[in-house]
Amino acid sequence: MHGLFNRAIQCFLRDTYGPALWLAVTRRAQLGFEGFETMLTYDPSLTEAVLAAAATELNRPRDTVLEDLGTYLVSHPNVEALRRLLRFGGASFVDFLYSLEDLPDRARLALPELELPALEFADLGEGHFRLRCRGHVRGIGHVVVGLLRAMADDYGALVLLDHAGSDSGGEVVTIDLLDHSHASGRRFHLSADLG
Amino acid sequence: MRAPGPDIGLGPEALDRLMPLHLACDARGHVVSVGPTLAKLSGRRRLIGAQVQEILALRRPAAPATVEALRLRAGTLALALATDPAVTFRGLAVPSAGGGLFLNLSFGIGVTEAVRRHSLTVEDFAATDLTVEMLYLVEAKSAVMDELRSLNQRLQGAREAAEERALTDQLTGLRNRRALDLQMKALIGQGMVFGLMHIDLDFFKQVNDTHGHAAGDHVLREVARVLREETRASDLAARVGGDEFVLVFPGLADAARLVRIARRIIARLSRPIDYEGRACRISASIGVTLSAYYDRPEAERMLFDADAALYASKRAGRAQVQLFTRSDGDTDGALAGRDIA
Repeated sequence: MHGLFNRAIQCFLRDTYGPALWLAVTRRAQLGFEGFETMLTYDPSLTEAVLAAAATELNRPRDTVLEDLGTYLVSHPNVEALRRLLRFGGASFVDFLYSLEDLPDRARLALPELELPALEFADLGEGHFRLRCRGHVRGIGHVVVGLLRAMADDYGALVLLDHAGSDSGGEVVTIDLLDHSHASGRRFHLSADLG
Repeated sequence: MRAPGPDIGLGPEALDRLMPLHLACDARGHVVSVGPTLAKLSGRRRLIGAQVQEILALRRPAAPATVEALRLRAGTLALALATDPAVTFRGLAVPSAGGGLFLNLSFGIGVTEAVRRHSLTVEDFAATDLTVEMLYLVEAKSAVMDELRSLNQRLQGAREAAEERALTDQLTGLRNRRALDLQMKALIGQGMVFGLMHIDLDFFKQVNDTHGHAAGDHVLREVARVLREETRASDLAARVGGDEFVLVFPGLADAARLVRIARRIIARLSRPIDYEGRACRISASIGVTLSAYYDRPEAERMLFDADAALYASKRAGRAQVQLFTRSDGDTDGALAGRDIA
């Protein structure tokens, strides 16, 4: 498992619940070290151990933890770089949705060894969309729900999101766009210096 | 490629969408059309009817972008914004009907600067333009580089900590045998004079036996504190065995001064050390030698000699210091301690 995923979970837990919670998670998961490195590779079982430990420590369902992780990835100032990279996907929320299928290829341009979950997008018409996600982590669809919710906020779009279980193609996320310019959203400049 | 003859029939709006960085002028250099992004960059309110050189300047070599100059320079043009020369373009000019010119521009490698200075957004680029992809890559790469840089810094910190541990005695925080060997080798290599003091605690075994190992560890840490306080920052204090210590004094070649330091250390170590209300009593025997005593100082030899002087102190009744000396008439250099007390 690429360290980027593990590091993302670590930063989410640390930034949201504090360093003490993260330390408790490392102990419960029996990591034997205090933190992940973004640029190293780890055994996938460690990711599962950390997620299980976090769910226990926080006394919250694993799915909820994953969804909050997705929201954190887009909305927390410490990971602003990721929000910016996602905003390059398009000028509107719908453009952004369409760009999601390109996301794994885009990510590989920067980090050739990075395997993002495969995303398959379908426009069902009249503002209804469906996204299938297939990744290494069970429940990746919940991360996607949290992430899309935060991105919709970012674009100022009003959406209904739902994790509709799994089928043979992977986990299914449904997206109903109620209003594509509900609020003004956050500004996005192409230059990082301007935000 | 297109069929000869009929006009393609693109209106101004189509031109603006296809080529947001275009500029068209008539035969006398009056601007007749400007793409929306170029208009935004120029910052001028009235563009139609202005002269081309009010909006663009030629580079390499620098010159006003008059219609004549543009016509003269064949092929790809190097251009800049007349009002902001930091914004540069590559351009292509083709003749248009009636002797005018049609220019289409793109940002060169300086695109990040142009985007920053003029707050450009996705909408300012044609949908077919790869510039936005390039900006994405620049940003993704710098995010990756930031991560690598911080990883390198953490690894460097870990390496330094590991090196420090490799030279430190974990119990007392003094240097260890390895650090001592490196230091002596360095001083000998530089030809610097130095004093060497070998210290062995007296009655330490009794402290361990009577009060336990925790008390013994506490005593060793107290000894370390005394040794640190009685030496300069440039001196080296090492724990080289259970209750043995070696001090190195770079630049010190004065035997009398070393002996004074040794006596002060003995006096301080002879005071009872409190451990959880119990008084632990030790003292110290010390042997001293100086690099100046040797034609060609060697670390092993000097440590051996300091050790010999130390045992002379022990034999003489403990809690004293002896200076190493060669016994008279002993051609083998066999050693005896000389009590300078």
